[in-house]
Amino acid sequence: MAAPAAVLLGLFLIVPVLLAFALSFTNARLISPNPPRFVGLDNFVRAFTQDPVFLRSVLNTFLFAIVVVPVQAGLGLLLAVLVNQKLRGVTFFRIVYFIPVVTSIVVVSILWKFMYQPTGLINSFIDTVTFGALQGADWLNNPSTALPAIIVLSIWQAVGFHMLIWLSGLQTIPDELYEAARMDGADAWAQFKNVTWPGLRSTMIFVLVTITIAALGLFVQIDVMTQGGPQDSTTTIVYHAVRKGYREQETGYGAAISLIFFVLVLVIALVQRFVTREKD
Amino acid sequence: MTAVTVSRQDRTEHQQRRRRRIFSYVAMGIFAVVFLFPLVFMFVSSLKPDGQILSDVRSLRAFLPVGDISLDNYVGVFDRVPVARFMFNSVLVTTLIVGLGLVVNSMCGFALSRLEWKGRGVVLAVIIATLIVPFETIAIPMVYWVSKLPTLVFEGAVPKYDFGWLNTYQVQIIPFIANAFSIFLFTQYFSTIPKSLDEAARIDGAGWFTIYRKIVVPLAGPAFATVAILTFLPAWNSYLWPLMVVQEESLRPVMVGMQYFFQLNTAWGEVMAYTSLITLPVLIVFLSFQRAFVSSVAASGVKG
Repeated sequence: MAAPAAVLLGLFLIVPVLLAFALSFTNARLISPNPPRFVGLDNFVRAFTQDPVFLRSVLNTFLFAIVVVPVQAGLGLLLAVLVNQKLRGVTFFRIVYFIPVVTSIVVVSILWKFMYQPTGLINSFIDTVTFGALQGADWLNNPSTALPAIIVLSIWQAVGFHMLIWLSGLQTIPDELYEAARMDGADAWAQFKNVTWPGLRSTMIFVLVTITIAALGLFVQIDVMTQGGPQDSTTTIVYHAVRKGYREQETGYGAAISLIFFVLVLVIALVQRFVTREKD
Repeated sequence: MTAVTVSRQDRTEHQQRRRRRIFSYVAMGIFAVVFLFPLVFMFVSSLKPDGQILSDVRSLRAFLPVGDISLDNYVGVFDRVPVARFMFNSVLVTTLIVGLGLVVNSMCGFALSRLEWKGRGVVLAVIIATLIVPFETIAIPMVYWVSKLPTLVFEGAVPKYDFGWLNTYQVQIIPFIANAFSIFLFTQYFSTIPKSLDEAARIDGAGWFTIYRKIVVPLAGPAFATVAILTFLPAWNSYLWPLMVVQEESLRPVMVGMQYFFQLNTAWGEVMAYTSLITLPVLIVFLSFQRAFVSSVAASGVKG
């Protein structure tokens, strides 16, 4: 009974993974009369020494992840603590915060692209609340604001998901622990620090790992909003892999970039696990 | 401690709690506005002509269906792109991925959790190991791979062998039916159902497939709901994959169909109408099954 799933996973997961390894050492092209030829480490040498756009992509991807991971995890926790209170209507707020998560990131990207227009909603808002003192920017056409602008909408879209993960972690902490802490005279902050936080360790690992992996895979927002520009300020590893491996049909080189991406994900996931485990 | 001091303490505690409650509501309200305003703006703008959308952003009118309200943008969308066709494609692909996925993955979960067979441990370990592989890693090699796979094509009524899955429905469906995470969830859930039920059924002469159909499946409703929800969203929202493997307009799903609006002068009213159209079905499904959605997401975090 495991056979259908095993065959499908073999064909569409295991084989592509093996192909990612195999093709990265060749000059394979998507459509080509010649069979792929073995080229050794050429693709990797090219990525790190002759392709400044790739290096820029790695840098941008890291910048994105370094901001998104802590902010999204922290904001998600804050929301979770808010909606975990025994108050009327918290279920309503949980649903509201989760709505962007079920909205496609493609839709979200095009919507925010519209709001980021020079005369769009964001700039009108800035103009109104500061009474004209602050001027907005041409967010997506300015190399120094394009990536931050994409960071904002990415967090906006995904944070509700991690709120729910934190929430399910919070709900595993027994009420008696809070009662005991209150008896000892602990205020809200002391309760959070001594009861809530220690009870969330395994949830935290999961949240950090999933946000990091998702952040390193940044693609759709870039493809819809900026195509990597302006001046390569928003190009990312996956975007570059698709540009080379698919649009320019250099499958071998694209596979090599995908493989580098995979190794990065693997290393970071392992390091995060290791670091968060050590403290126990 | 006298009665007086106790009541004073109670009162300050009561006040403190009230203050905290008010603060919480204010904070939750502000966040609600932050998460809703872009979507309200999208739906409202889809009803307005382009000129009015641009002039309304300077005031709260941006969020109100006032002024020249009509469904003209929606009519325009249907004129400009084959929306009905895109919708049909997305519904077809999503339904088959979710439906076939439930069958295939639950059967695999059943075999892994309740049958004794050689190599079971290895298969389970491999499946769990693959959970770490992001789709973006294998997307490029997979395009290459599916472009080489054999397929049946019909010339008139004559079936013929050909190579290449590009520009088909199957390339959008078959690779996503088996899902390691779904298998993992089923395996976990099935192992909580008492095995004594199987033994009793086997004594009555039931085969494994009967046990799966008649005993395990009926008891695993929540697991099926969770997997259905967790596979529905990415299937409906998929973008990168169909972008690469489906160039033929008549086979494209809704998310890729949006590309037609990137060309020429962007008619924002129509874009907002299109995005509203493709967001509404998901929103309706979510709001109808929100309780199941919330517990599914919670379940996806359990593995910690």
